[in-house]
Order: sequence, then structure tokens, then C-alpha cells
Amino acid sequence: MKFRSVFDVIGPVMIGPSSSHTAGAARIGKMARQLFGRKPTWAKIHLYGSFAKTYQGHGTDVAIVGGLLDFDTYDERIKNAFALAEEAGLSFEFIEEDGASDHPNTARLRIGDDESDFELVGISIGGGKAEITEINGFELRLTGESPAILVLHNDRHGAIASVTSILADHHINIGHMEVSRRDKGKDAMMIIETDQRIPEDLMEDLENCQHIVSVVSISE
Amino acid sequence: MLFKNVSELIQYAEENEVPIAEVMIRQEVEETGKPREEIFAEMGRNLDIMEKAVEDGLNGVRSTSGLTGGDAVLLQQYMEKGNSLAGDLLLDVVSKAVATNEVNAAMGTICATPTAGSAGCVPGVLFGLKPRLNPTRKQMINFLFTAGAFGQVIANNAMISGAAGGCQAEVGSAAGMASAAAVEMAGGTPQQSAEAMAMTLKNMLGLVCDPVAGLVEVPCVKRNAMGSSQAIVSADMALAGVTSRIPCDEVIGAMFRIGQSMPSTLRETGEGGLAATPTGRALAAKIFGPAAATTKEG
Repeated sequence: MKFRSVFDVIGPVMIGPSSSHTAGAARIGKMARQLFGRKPTWAKIHLYGSFAKTYQGHGTDVAIVGGLLDFDTYDERIKNAFALAEEAGLSFEFIEEDGASDHPNTARLRIGDDESDFELVGISIGGGKAEITEINGFELRLTGESPAILVLHNDRHGAIASVTSILADHHINIGHMEVSRRDKGKDAMMIIETDQRIPEDLMEDLENCQHIVSVVSISE
Repeated sequence: MLFKNVSELIQYAEENEVPIAEVMIRQEVEETGKPREEIFAEMGRNLDIMEKAVEDGLNGVRSTSGLTGGDAVLLQQYMEKGNSLAGDLLLDVVSKAVATNEVNAAMGTICATPTAGSAGCVPGVLFGLKPRLNPTRKQMINFLFTAGAFGQVIANNAMISGAAGGCQAEVGSAAGMASAAAVEMAGGTPQQSAEAMAMTLKNMLGLVCDPVAGLVEVPCVKRNAMGSSQAIVSADMALAGVTSRIPCDEVIGAMFRIGQSMPSTLRETGEGGLAATPTGRALAAKIFGPAAATTKEG
């Protein structure tokens, strides 16, 4: 059963015109913002497939920029996101890609500021639902429908066990978990979707844990 | 889950002597663990969003592309003259469905039911029936739960996106959901809701998704007009005692198989059907430049 809640069918509340091209796009932008952890000062947004062909008419562009400004799918400010981005000091550029993508509605977002940059690939799967399929080169799957923790860690034994035991100490249940790495024994990434909201002190405990490089959390 | 298909949904409602809306609420409580009051309040917020969108559309809006807008106003003005062919109730339903989709096309706020492109049918039927049936707020919220119950069955057993199954899956589903909910609000039985849903969806089978320039405007807005009017007719037929020879679940199954065999040019790519007509291509070229109009059908 893909659709478990009545609000998957009667909802979401959103700015039109398209659940896949507008609401889903805004969700990808917002997830990028949350995973980066702060407002970026620049963004390069690569669009593929149907996104590349029809983004202007569907407001896919303003929706993604609105998401980067932390707007929700129903935030009326999405319509004025370009002007608001300029006011907020966020410069952005859209690149229409001809190349093939696995999914028709795909966006690759490269965002950053003076300190660091961040890259993510998101797909809009219909009805306003979106998924992240790649973060900084790590292939994974993140829906953004549950609270989630993203952990960059050294690929060493015990790293995963120490993270999951901290979650257990805080009575946080894991709904979905993935581990991805580029090369054996180097950097790896954990995506943990949880049933409960993620408390601040849990994040502090994770940051102090051995073999952990960095930690971010996103809310629903 | 309390129900996986329409026959289980009807069976549960009949055995427990509760309306379909109540079955949906019970299932939502079971699935999400959220308190009943919270679920009801959330649906109330969706109802408010729908009402606001209808109001905004009836005041007149226009999309960025210029392709759609203003037809809801035209319909209301025509009704005021008092000599329409279809009668005020039906035209009121249609104008409110159109209003919602015009607001959607103009990047206004809507509630996707089940999608943004098909967002007009359910509120069109609900707010068009409101002057006739004088429902309480609770009954209006229940209307949305009933529509949601049928929509959830379609979403889980077939599809609700034009990209997956054509317009039959979007406006077809939305119109079917609206007709089932209309029956319940008018005092019909759960089985009559299922008959209305079946009859509506049967007439939507095979409907393709062929938006001009790939935009959720032409023909989406008018398909919501037609979908909502059909929902009213099917609801009346079911309330009159007319039944569908093919059971509702089998109609949904047929919709699924038709959707699967539909070519991709007719599934929300803007490459076939009306989008590929000379005028459709010319409009695409005007909006996005000549490159957008070079796509070929087939």
C-alpha cells in the first residue's frame, strides 16, 4: 500500500499549478536547504527531463528557489521567490540539461556559501511527493516524510553501532536506514529516518561520537 | 488497513452501520496513531483552503501563460441571466470546479484532490451542492473523508497521476470520488456511493493526459468542469437506483490496465493528443519559444 493516509489523496495544500512540478520541486529545494543547514548564498540548479522542458510554465524554478528559502509547498511567497532570494542575498542560476536521467522529473542542486558547498539530486515522484537520491556523491534514498538524520562518518567498524545505540538511549525508533560509501575504508554516509522528532541533545551526542565527521537533521 | 478495495469498504460500512466517512476516519486513526480530533481538524483546514480557492476563482484570476482564467466568472454571469439549459445547480458545480483549477493555474493555493490538475472536481461538487443540501461543517468535512476513502482505493489499486495512467487516473478518479461523496451527503447508502463511483469512472476510461505546452491548463481546467458535472449526474443515477453492471473494483482494475497500456506521448508529456495539434504546438511555441513545439507525436 503506497498511499496509507487519507491526506495523501485529499492533499497536500499547495501553490499551483502542478503537484509534481511545483509542490514536489519546492520540497526538493527545502530538503536541500535543511540538509545544508543554513541559507546558501549561491545555487546552481540543473534540470533534467520534463523539469527541463516545462519548468518555467510550471513555476518549478520559483518553487525550488522558494524551497531554498525554507518555504513550504503552501507558502504564497513562492510566487515571489526570485525577488525574495535577491533580498536575502541568494544568487541562483538554472541550467537546462539535455542528458538522460533515470526519472523524468529530476533536479541536481549545487548550493553553498563562503564556508562550504553541498550537492544533491532530487526527484519528484508525483502527488507532491519527492525523494532525494544522491547527496554529495553518495547514492541513497530519502523521502523527507519522516524526521531524518544524515551522518557523515568514517567507514570504520562500530560507527553504525555507536550511532544506533545513541538513538536507542534517546528512545528514538528507526523507520528506515541506509548506509552508502564511495570507497571502502574512507568516508561513508548514514541516512536514518525516525518515527519521532529528533531532540537537540541527541544531535550533540552524535557530534561527540567517535568516527563521526558531521551530523545534520531534517524535520518533516 | 480496514479496507483494501471498494467491496471491503462497503462491507465494513454496512456491517458496522456507519457511513464511509467514518470508516476512513477509523482507518486514519489506526494507520497514523493520531487522535481523531487532530485528523478531523486537519481535514477542516483542507476544506477552508478549498473554499478560499473557489472564492478567489469566482472573483476572476488569470494564469501566467495567459492560457486560462476568467471562465468561472463567465459561467456565474451566465447563470445570473436565468435561462441556462443545464440549470443552476449543475452550472454552479461546474463554475466552482473551474474556479479552483483557474486558481491552481494562476499559482494560487489549492488542495490537491487527488492531484493539483484534478483539484476542481471534489470542491466543485461539494460547494455546488452546498446551497441545495445545506450541510453542516461536519458533513462537509465528512464529504472529504468519503471522497478520500474512494481515492485511496484507486491510488493503491491503480494510479492517480496523469504521468502514470492518463487523465482517467486524475480527473477520472477525482470525478468518481466526488460522485461517491455526493451520494453519501445526499443520504444515499454506501453501496449507492460505489455505484456512482463506478458509473463515473466507466465513462472516464481511456481519457488521455495531453496538456498543451505541458502545462496544467489546457485541457485540464475544462476536464474538471466536465468531470464535476458527470459526478452530479452519476450521483443522481445511483440515488435513483441505477446500478453499474461492472462492479466498482473491476472498473478500477480496467482503468489500471488501460493506463498501463497507454503510450507515453499521452501520459503528461505534452507530446500527443491536443498538445500535438497545430494550435497546441503554436501555443507552446508562443509560451516557451519554437524549440518547445518541435516534439512529434508517436
